[in-house]
Amino acid sequence: MTIQIRYFASLREALGAGETLALEPGAPALTVGALREQLIARGGAHAEVLARGRALRAALNQTMCAETAEIADGAEVAFFPPVTGG
Amino acid sequence: MSSTTPARPRVSIQTEDFDLSAEVAALRAGDGAVGAVTTFIGTVRDRHAGQPDPDSALISAMELEHYPGMTERAIEAMIDEALRRFDIRAARVVHRVGPLAIGDQIVLVAVSSMHRGESFQACEFLMDWLKSEAPFWKKETTPEGARWVDARVSDERALARWGIASTNASVPAP
Repeated sequence: MTIQIRYFASLREALGAGETLALEPGAPALTVGALREQLIARGGAHAEVLARGRALRAALNQTMCAETAEIADGAEVAFFPPVTGG
Repeated sequence: MSSTTPARPRVSIQTEDFDLSAEVAALRAGDGAVGAVTTFIGTVRDRHAGQPDPDSALISAMELEHYPGMTERAIEAMIDEALRRFDIRAARVVHRVGPLAIGDQIVLVAVSSMHRGESFQACEFLMDWLKSEAPFWKKETTPEGARWVDARVSDERALARWGIASTNASVPAP
């Protein structure tokens, strides 16, 4: 299964615009929070900007989501700071 | 509405400036039931609340980023909800992205209705929701460098008045 990860604002500056991530076939269902953990486990800039306790929001398929949301094959997952428009 | 006129978009995310008069004219066009139009324009400010402290640096420029696709869809959903909640005729949101200068227009919310009360309310509702839930990010430049603007809990409280909970600024630390 393949998912698309996107970053915005300060996360984009640290990690780039995003990446396509191939997950092992047959792997158990992945939540947005578990994906965040996987990315943190890479260390480096990922561990720093995605760290627990940092204010972060996530979207699944372009809708704001909780970290309990389950990621399906082909999904687009985005991580970004709290929004500041207007 | 004339059947030969293509439907105008309700939401535009754009780098270029917008014209209030033209937007209001288009919002009202062909709808004889409109008796009130409320508009809000947000502009780029050179300071934060509490400034100017004489020693603090003023903001010299602003840059806005969005999430193409999601941002438009999120605001479309907000307009749908405004149309459900309030007796309004139409609504329009224009939000600029990219580099902006002090004094530039950032955002327009325009609402038409038969009577003033509903458009006043719907305009504020849309702006309150947009502040805490539309994916935009502001980066400001001061003589001390550029920094991303922090979300404000006060914007969440503004949205809570409408019965909509947000944890944008007060994200719980897991």
